[in-house]
Amino acid sequence: MTESGTMQSIVQEIIATLKDKPGALLPILHGVQNALGYVPAESVPDIAAALNLSRAEVHGVISFYHYFRDTPPGKQTIYLCRAESCQAMGGRQLEEHAKSKLGIDFHETTADGKFSLEPVYCLGNCACSPAMQIGKDIYGRVTADSFDAAINNIEASA
Amino acid sequence: MSITIYVPCDSSAASMGADRVAIAIAEEAAKRGIDIKLIRNGSRGMYWLEPLVEVATDKGRVAYGPVQPGDVSGLFDANFTQGGAHALNLGLTEELDYFKKQQRLTFARIGKTDPISLTDYVANDGYRGLKNALAMTQADIVKAVTDSGLRGRGGAAFPTGIKWNTVLNTASLQKYIICNADEGDSGTFSDRMVMEGDPFVLIEGMTIAGLAVDASQGYIYLRIEYPHAFEILNAAIATAYKEGYLGENIQGSGKTFNLEVRQGAGAYVCGEETSLMESLEGKRGLVRFKPPLPAISGLFGQPTIVNNVISLASVPVILDKGGDYYRDFGMGRSRGTLPIQLAGNIKRPGLVELGFGLTLRELLYDFGGGSASGRPIKAVQVGGPLGAYLPEAQFDTPLDYEAFAANWTVLGHGGIVVFDDTVNMAEMARYSMEFCKIESCGKCTPCRIGSTRGVEVMDDIINGRNLDKNIPLLRDLCDTLLNGSLCALGGMTPYPVLSALNHFPEDFGINAKATAA
Repeated sequence: MTESGTMQSIVQEIIATLKDKPGALLPILHGVQNALGYVPAESVPDIAAALNLSRAEVHGVISFYHYFRDTPPGKQTIYLCRAESCQAMGGRQLEEHAKSKLGIDFHETTADGKFSLEPVYCLGNCACSPAMQIGKDIYGRVTADSFDAAINNIEASA
Repeated sequence: MSITIYVPCDSSAASMGADRVAIAIAEEAAKRGIDIKLIRNGSRGMYWLEPLVEVATDKGRVAYGPVQPGDVSGLFDANFTQGGAHALNLGLTEELDYFKKQQRLTFARIGKTDPISLTDYVANDGYRGLKNALAMTQADIVKAVTDSGLRGRGGAAFPTGIKWNTVLNTASLQKYIICNADEGDSGTFSDRMVMEGDPFVLIEGMTIAGLAVDASQGYIYLRIEYPHAFEILNAAIATAYKEGYLGENIQGSGKTFNLEVRQGAGAYVCGEETSLMESLEGKRGLVRFKPPLPAISGLFGQPTIVNNVISLASVPVILDKGGDYYRDFGMGRSRGTLPIQLAGNIKRPGLVELGFGLTLRELLYDFGGGSASGRPIKAVQVGGPLGAYLPEAQFDTPLDYEAFAANWTVLGHGGIVVFDDTVNMAEMARYSMEFCKIESCGKCTPCRIGSTRGVEVMDDIINGRNLDKNIPLLRDLCDTLLNGSLCALGGMTPYPVLSALNHFPEDFGINAKATAA
């Protein structure tokens, strides 16, 4: 099967499982992004047809929510908290460090495709600020050094 | 005999290495042939001590912390499984000052029990509220909640009983209970602690709400940033179904309540209840006009209770011990307890549950121990990103909804973010406008355009351009946002902005006299 054929069958399967839930669109978009890492533009017509929505409506929902993305992310996405509690503990400096270490700005992916950097507004880890999340792992009291260590660890184990 | 050791599964504790500590303890015990039972409990909320490891002894649970994986072998050498002496030995957990001085009602079990063990939950007073509720009329359940004086802990402080009563008295074949678990405010984490540390208390509270108003379906709208809470809630819900605490015929009563967790997708505005319902319906999270109230026409147009996690998690203790018991805590019209969250630049960050009435100063210094950096505290933001900044002159304000409102400040969800004297308040005001710009749903003009203009004006002010014109312009803009926005996002962004300007004019490049106008 071609790559787009595989993608389409994954999307169809997710739609079939979830489409009868009340308010099914967000669960379906989560399902697709969990499986593929993003919500490809090619999946929009199928999702729209299954829910009796226009493609514009589905696109509108995808673009409204910061979490949904329509381009593939890097192998790992780093969510760096920008909110007040983290700022009170050096979050702004950490943000600058992260951008220069990775050589990218927010919403970008490194040229080698390893890391994407996304801002996040609170991880609920405010008692251990500044905080970030990589995959399901939450990091607390992050310093420039511990940021580098986390990145190097991931690179070493990749 | 097997020794019970507790290592929190709480995601903040995990962020400090709790998972690695748990593995190290299990491995070291196996190596030494010591029989242990390792329980992953919730956090006690003393985050400067996390990972906080506890050992059950015949005198009570002994705390060690903060423990790192490298400390584990030394702890075994010091015989910590018997509560042995060690530099990290903190004594009995429940005798620690920070913990002992609290009044834990909603958080009674958190940190003590295994979050996903229904047996633990029931053995520690769980489901007693539901048992009482099943023997009561719907009106009596609502009356107990009304009598308790409970007000919405999400921040708006609307009386919970009145909301429930409206839904009870609105006839419909289908009603809904929604738990607003979109805890997006910086400096708040009490909802997360409940969901990770005692998920059954939220499930029980929602089930009681369902019984009270005849709602057979509940949704927990959970933010995507809480993946651990998602897993723990789903595990607890599955157990509750299996044991007859959810689904049809709850505990043989013939009553039905179904519950599902739905994930948000990173939109702060979806913490606003009408935007949340739009999102649950599968749409863009645009704020709705009110009226109609959600209690009359809410999710899918049906009568709906939307309550915060802490509000719903406080219901079981109210139904267990009675509305009067809960109402006896607190001050003025703020009844019961508030789980306060100390965050940011503070020496002892954590969760402090107390009856309303303590002053900010007592919290910051007696509990919090002052700033983490050791520098003077310059400002604290209370009530999340839409809450005002308080200068030291306001630190004697008691934690009470009305006392805060009288100061033009907001108690909100009880999150307190501390800043030391290195903060520049003009930068924080700019950030507030920027946050509003990023998170605005775009439906109303004041918020959508005002926030963008606000960033521009703040950039001019920070660069010292034409302050005589730009400071009045900023005030004018805030006036428009405050009075013209559809919801609290645009309507309250002026709180942090103007409080920063009024209390710290020097950071805006002006002297105090010039801004007093």
